[in-house]
Amino acid sequence: MSILELSVKELRKKITNKEISVPEVVKAQLAHIEKTNPLYNAYHDINKNALLRAETVQKEIEAGTLDSAFAGVPVAVKDNICTTEMTTTCGSKMLTGFHSPYNATVVKRLQKAGAVIMGKANMDEFAMGSTSETCYYGAVKNPWNPEHVSGGSSGGSAVAVASYGAFASLGSDTGGSIRQPAAYCNMTGVKPTYGSVSRFGLVAYGSSLDQIGPIAHNIEDAAAMLAIISGYDDQDSTSLKQGPFDFNDCLKEDLEGKKIGIPVNYLGEGIDPEIKAAIYEAAKKLSELGAECEEFILPMVDYAVPAYYIIASAEASSNLSRFDGIKYGYHPKKFTDLEDLYLTARSEGFGMEVKRRIMLGTFALSSGYYDAYYQKALKVKALIKQAFDGAFAKYDTILSPVAPTVAPKLGESLNNLLQMYLSDIYTVSVNLAGIPAVSLPCGFNKENLPIGMQFLGQALSEKTLVQLAYAYQSITEHHHKKPQLEVL
Amino acid sequence: MAEYYSDRSKYDVVIGLEVHVEMSTKTKIFCGCSTAFGAEPNTQTCPVCTGMPGVLPVLNEQVVQNAIAAGLATNCEITQNCKFDRKNYFYPDLPKAFQTSQLYLPICRNGWVEINGDNGKKKVRIHQIHMEEDAGKLSHHDNTGETFIDYNRCGVPLMEIVSEPDMTSATEACAYMEALAAIMSYLGVSDCKLEEGSMRGDINVSIKPKGSSVLGTRTETKNLNSFKAITRAIEWEIDRQIDLLENGEKVVQETRRWDDEKGIGYTMRSKENAHDYRYFPEPDLAPMHISDEWIAEVKAKIPELPQQKQARYLNEWQLSEYDAGMIVRSKALALFCEETVALCNEPKEVVNFLMGDGLRLLNENCLDAKDMPFAPKQLSDLVSLVVKGSINKTTAKAVFEKIFRENIDPIEYVKANNLEMVSDEEELVQMVADVIAANPKSVADYKGGKKAALGFLVGQIMRATKGRANAARVNELIREMLQD
Ligand SMILES: [Zn+2]
Repeated sequence: MSILELSVKELRKKITNKEISVPEVVKAQLAHIEKTNPLYNAYHDINKNALLRAETVQKEIEAGTLDSAFAGVPVAVKDNICTTEMTTTCGSKMLTGFHSPYNATVVKRLQKAGAVIMGKANMDEFAMGSTSETCYYGAVKNPWNPEHVSGGSSGGSAVAVASYGAFASLGSDTGGSIRQPAAYCNMTGVKPTYGSVSRFGLVAYGSSLDQIGPIAHNIEDAAAMLAIISGYDDQDSTSLKQGPFDFNDCLKEDLEGKKIGIPVNYLGEGIDPEIKAAIYEAAKKLSELGAECEEFILPMVDYAVPAYYIIASAEASSNLSRFDGIKYGYHPKKFTDLEDLYLTARSEGFGMEVKRRIMLGTFALSSGYYDAYYQKALKVKALIKQAFDGAFAKYDTILSPVAPTVAPKLGESLNNLLQMYLSDIYTVSVNLAGIPAVSLPCGFNKENLPIGMQFLGQALSEKTLVQLAYAYQSITEHHHKKPQLEVL
Repeated sequence: MAEYYSDRSKYDVVIGLEVHVEMSTKTKIFCGCSTAFGAEPNTQTCPVCTGMPGVLPVLNEQVVQNAIAAGLATNCEITQNCKFDRKNYFYPDLPKAFQTSQLYLPICRNGWVEINGDNGKKKVRIHQIHMEEDAGKLSHHDNTGETFIDYNRCGVPLMEIVSEPDMTSATEACAYMEALAAIMSYLGVSDCKLEEGSMRGDINVSIKPKGSSVLGTRTETKNLNSFKAITRAIEWEIDRQIDLLENGEKVVQETRRWDDEKGIGYTMRSKENAHDYRYFPEPDLAPMHISDEWIAEVKAKIPELPQQKQARYLNEWQLSEYDAGMIVRSKALALFCEETVALCNEPKEVVNFLMGDGLRLLNENCLDAKDMPFAPKQLSDLVSLVVKGSINKTTAKAVFEKIFRENIDPIEYVKANNLEMVSDEEELVQMVADVIAANPKSVADYKGGKKAALGFLVGQIMRATKGRANAARVNELIREMLQD
């Protein structure tokens, strides 16, 4: 087995035992990326300083000044998270070649922990999309079958790890953007509680919904990464005043006494029968671990997608206004006056999906429509939160599918946008409620495409969710399955 | 009575003001950059205030504190659960393309300030005060057609103080602005310097038939940055609106601009083209709760305000309302005055010096009262010399100027230059006798009824004594001697 196929924990053991040095790992990693990236397009920009950084980290490890769960571990960072090294393009022509003047808080924390950032991972343009096909720099392809999409918007982050181009990665999740590509690529991803990970340096899509989180081969690695990036940041006013997560005492294989709710209305019409079967199969496994599973009806489900698209688009229409062609980013060569500069820069710099959502959001916020759309969506958001509160009064977690289907074929979704929006049905309500969720593999369909499931919990119940995922992964093999990679 | 271009007897004028006050905090509202005025372009900026991708605001608590103080000092209610909203519009001076401001829950509401109105004292009601960030500054180069952007001012905290339409003339509008400026500078929340742009006003003007209770259509003229401009813009706009109505036309609701150089106002945009700012709650800042304790803490620190000082001066010092009003316009001047009075206990004399030659000399030297180039002790010594009769008014004026310009010690200076008043009766009688003998023509004139000749004779003595003679006594003596 290649060194690159180890888990973070196993790699760390080898580095600590001096079986391998960080520069050796990074060299192997770079060579592998060179062979796989042209096929899967996980990375947009590869870190030219990765090897240099590896040498520094190695010295610090040897000097005994650096000892963390990610010291010397190659990672990928989604391209909407600001880094001074490498570009930060958000998958958009608008930001081609853009270098951020500062590092995001999560990047600083990863660097302090000794992680080696291998590159910036491709994504749907400005995180708008569910397939990573709206990326200006080409679609990201699924390692399980390159004719299928990776999922999105954090497709590059999921594929970087799934194709062994990094040991773990950072994604961002506004409406399922970590969990859904993780599900499509047989990865484990965490969407943390809103406010538990700093958003400083995350190029905003829907500010009240966005959250950065980890993607890895298993929950233990993902939890270790989350522990590093979480905790209060005084540069983010929405960050919660608490320390980083500590998952050491919840890596247990026992689920005795845990109550799991399964929303039957998530498993009715519209869901792929193979996914439905996989969910019930998972419930059986969880029962074997001592958990008690019960079916129930989760209200408000039908309203989640429209409310999500209104709130996210409204906030996006404001957040993306700064890309005006003046200070940075795409600047048109020809324009007649200020108005024309704005129009040309934004017409030429943004892709179709981004323009569609900006227009949708602009409309939802316009005077005369604000109450009917944005204000109403906020009310729905509050009701959805209430519905979850009701459920979590009875259950420790909700077990749900991540998406109604497995990864669709490339091109399929963009031809049916409404279908694409509706495929977010199981993920968006988590962001509206601000609660955490863990997405993890629970099987494969007959075409050998991964199926994912997710555990949802009340705000700050990350430890419970990690324990559920850890226990499940300790008796299942899905997350160990490897795709047949094509290499150059 | 002022002369107006139009006949105003048939109309009532209704004016409301939106005043933008730049706060004098050390750092900006959402980042740690300095707010100091006059630095090299774009040297006081960071990723946050230049709206780089991915940045988030962190609210400067001092801004909230200042806004609470401003609200309390203008009799407002404090909105204890308040929040920020985004006001979205595109302009190159606004790098985020939205201004973080307050629409739905402004921090202060329903207050008032008292002004000297056209018909005596009146209250101008304050609708609301909200916090927001300033934009950058554009400069256009006519030669090259280029536009340059300076983001130093971007993110400097502002308060927008919105009045009710309670004013009826340009004079009242200026009185209101002055009252606000005085209060804000007393609180130390702003230096309210119009010339540096730290205080700017938007005026809302409408007219209606005299006595009518139905408001006319109003126009808004934006960004006026001097009392002169405010006065002229209001007068011009009233005339324009009366003209329209007199000619059977209608006033159109619109936003206007005032060109102070040319002395004309013009349409900026009509109501139909008004911006839709698409306000919505700022998701990057959590709603704030302002506790009772915090409000009490701010309240306890509010100093004596201009109106309270003015009342005290009327009472304790028996100053005229006008004099007291002039002194309290500047906190620094009022404090200087109080310190001087504390030393010599002669408020009227002290005020006379400060308001007469004091203000004149400050003006001539472009100084602010806080940069007064001498100490209260020097002025109190000078006042004591005058009160004791050691020097006369003419000498005192000259000595005051010396104090101001050369920072001299008045007691030493008077002694060294032999400036004590000549009040010795024998000496004065001799001088008067001499001057009468030497000027027979003037004496004859005086006796013939030309009273002006007396002034000439007194003047001769004052000149001979270099102004040191007790002029009042000299006057009496000449009259007495010529009566014989
Ligand atoms: Zn700044």
